Amino acid sequence: MSRTWSSPLRKRLPAGRDERPPPGRGRQNPLDMLKRRFHSGELGSVPVALGLLVVWIIFAGLNENFLSPRNLSNLSVDIVGIGMISTGVVFVLLLGEIDLSVGSVSGLAAAGFAVLNVIHGVPEGLALLLAVVAGTVIGAVQGFFFAKVGVPAFVVTLAGLLGWNGLMLYILGSSGTINLDDKGLVAMLTNYYFTNVAAAYGLAALGTAGYFLASYQDVRRRKAAGVPARPLREIVLRTGVLAVICLAAAAVLNEFHGLPLALLIFLVFLVGLDQVLRRTPYGRMVFALGGSVEASRRTGLNVDLVRISVFMVSGTMAAIGGLFLASRVTSATQTSGSGNLLMDAIAAAVIGGTSMFGGRGRTWSALLGVLVIQSIASGVALMGIQTAAQFMITGGVLLVAVVIDSLSRRAQKAHGRV
Amino acid sequence: MTAPPLLALRGIFKRFGAVQALADVELEIRAGQVVALVGDNGAGKSTLIKVIAGVDPADEGVIEWDGRPVHLARPHDAQDLGIATVYQDLALCDNLDVVGNLFLGREIHRAGLLDEVEMERLTLDLLQTLAIRMPSVRLPVASLSGGQRQTVAISRSLIGEPRLVLLDEPTASLGIEQTAQVLDLVEQLRERGLGVLLISHNMGDVKAVADWIAVLRLGRNNGFFDVTTTSHEQIISSITGATDNAVTRRAAPGWEVGR
Repeated sequence: MSRTWSSPLRKRLPAGRDERPPPGRGRQNPLDMLKRRFHSGELGSVPVALGLLVVWIIFAGLNENFLSPRNLSNLSVDIVGIGMISTGVVFVLLLGEIDLSVGSVSGLAAAGFAVLNVIHGVPEGLALLLAVVAGTVIGAVQGFFFAKVGVPAFVVTLAGLLGWNGLMLYILGSSGTINLDDKGLVAMLTNYYFTNVAAAYGLAALGTAGYFLASYQDVRRRKAAGVPARPLREIVLRTGVLAVICLAAAAVLNEFHGLPLALLIFLVFLVGLDQVLRRTPYGRMVFALGGSVEASRRTGLNVDLVRISVFMVSGTMAAIGGLFLASRVTSATQTSGSGNLLMDAIAAAVIGGTSMFGGRGRTWSALLGVLVIQSIASGVALMGIQTAAQFMITGGVLLVAVVIDSLSRRAQKAHGRV
Repeated sequence: MTAPPLLALRGIFKRFGAVQALADVELEIRAGQVVALVGDNGAGKSTLIKVIAGVDPADEGVIEWDGRPVHLARPHDAQDLGIATVYQDLALCDNLDVVGNLFLGREIHRAGLLDEVEMERLTLDLLQTLAIRMPSVRLPVASLSGGQRQTVAISRSLIGEPRLVLLDEPTASLGIEQTAQVLDLVEQLRERGLGVLLISHNMGDVKAVADWIAVLRLGRNNGFFDVTTTSHEQIISSITGATDNAVTRRAAPGWEVGR
């Protein structure tokens, strides 16, 4: 690319366009591209996708039930609770900050819903809304202390981790466990399946077609504007890969109960928030703040407001995730939101390729990361080994993910300052 | 010269506590001119830039824009007039690509969503008219070289169609080849009819691109030279104060302590 650019034409500068190919996305062979993306710190989801493949191959070899439709279908529902929380964590990580309170907030939301609905008889819809809004408010409070008061996010949310957990225990009262209505709205979140095979296939087809049309539209606009565009070949290839994955998933899900409602909701959230991050001015602000606070401030960005809003997203997603987790066990207990939940949610985002250093990541990393973590948990459970092995394997995977993140960042630095 | 200068500073004073950072400073910049602002450390160059950029407003004095007096109390005031500032630390977001950095805070929307295609088109147009080489405008700027980052920072200042560009030490940390690139770019700005105020420590750079050299010494004007008719030695002696009378020279070391 640069060869065509360093020509003597440099000195000749009419304002109009000339014949030079504009600088843009250079297309090379895939290996070169991978190498370049590593150097520019943009490996994205390639390592985690490979990692997921390895995990699946290993467990499928060890236990034939691992890839059974039943197990995979359960997996697709199990990932939703943690996945929702992890999606919120991605936002916070993009700022280069951390939210340690998400586990406690998720537990509090579940307990809050249970107390309101089961004990005080508040209608389900309203109780659900209040539980989610509580998460948003908690996020706003924590964001306020971080952004306006200047307390490090680590400490604010550590206080939240303890405080909100305490509040949850308090509102659960002496009974400790509140069972939810197992035919109710929240229970339905994870036990409802679209049994009609058309649902899963329809969603797969819709997703694939939507992706293709959006990409195609983008290429047409780029061509019309004279801006470098992806070759159509590549779009067809990408769509093909996506179609295979989606249709295979749909087929597997239809072998069991069909498309789970939980998975559908999760995917809607992932797509929606991905669009927010990548396509809206707000998302651009989040990325900019993760890249350089000073640069963002000088361009007139309201740093405090963006910071608070990000913690609000994180709190909201934690509450939503908590409701899905409660739905899975149709109860809110004293252990809701405790244990490994917090670590798993953060680990999922990082394993999925979101950088701990801020400024790099996508919502999809929550999906991929949580798939890896839950696959390991599910595989270990199938084989009947105790959780010791699960922790060690997950820990190892997390370490690998962070090492890749750090190396990629270092390569980027070294590459940049030649 | 019948047209009033693009920017004129008249009798600018600026005081930080007990320190008189700027005293009775005069400066004129015309469209299509590169004025180099030189001086020793603590001479008040950066303070003057901040006054013009509206970051640190002057205590006293008149600032004229196109011959009309204006108030520069906030960075926005300067930006609205068409004054763009490129700070020494560039203030780029390393994780965003060239397009993202150029349009940061000025994104183009289409139905509430970012219009990446339009922004990329405008970026390519701008880079092309400035004859800037860039491997790809979709690479994060972290993976660009120091010179490329500097050109991105300067190009960014041009997005708002400014009429005056302030450059604070644009070549300070660059190699020879990259310095040449940036100086080319400064010449581009002049050819486009923009006024440029360039702070530099490097006399070679100054002689290469500037039309006029304004010397600051201890917060005061100490000469305004035409580059073509002034010798290197003359400028240096003006910076160091060798042309001052014996009294100020004796006083100088004592003054420096307070800075």
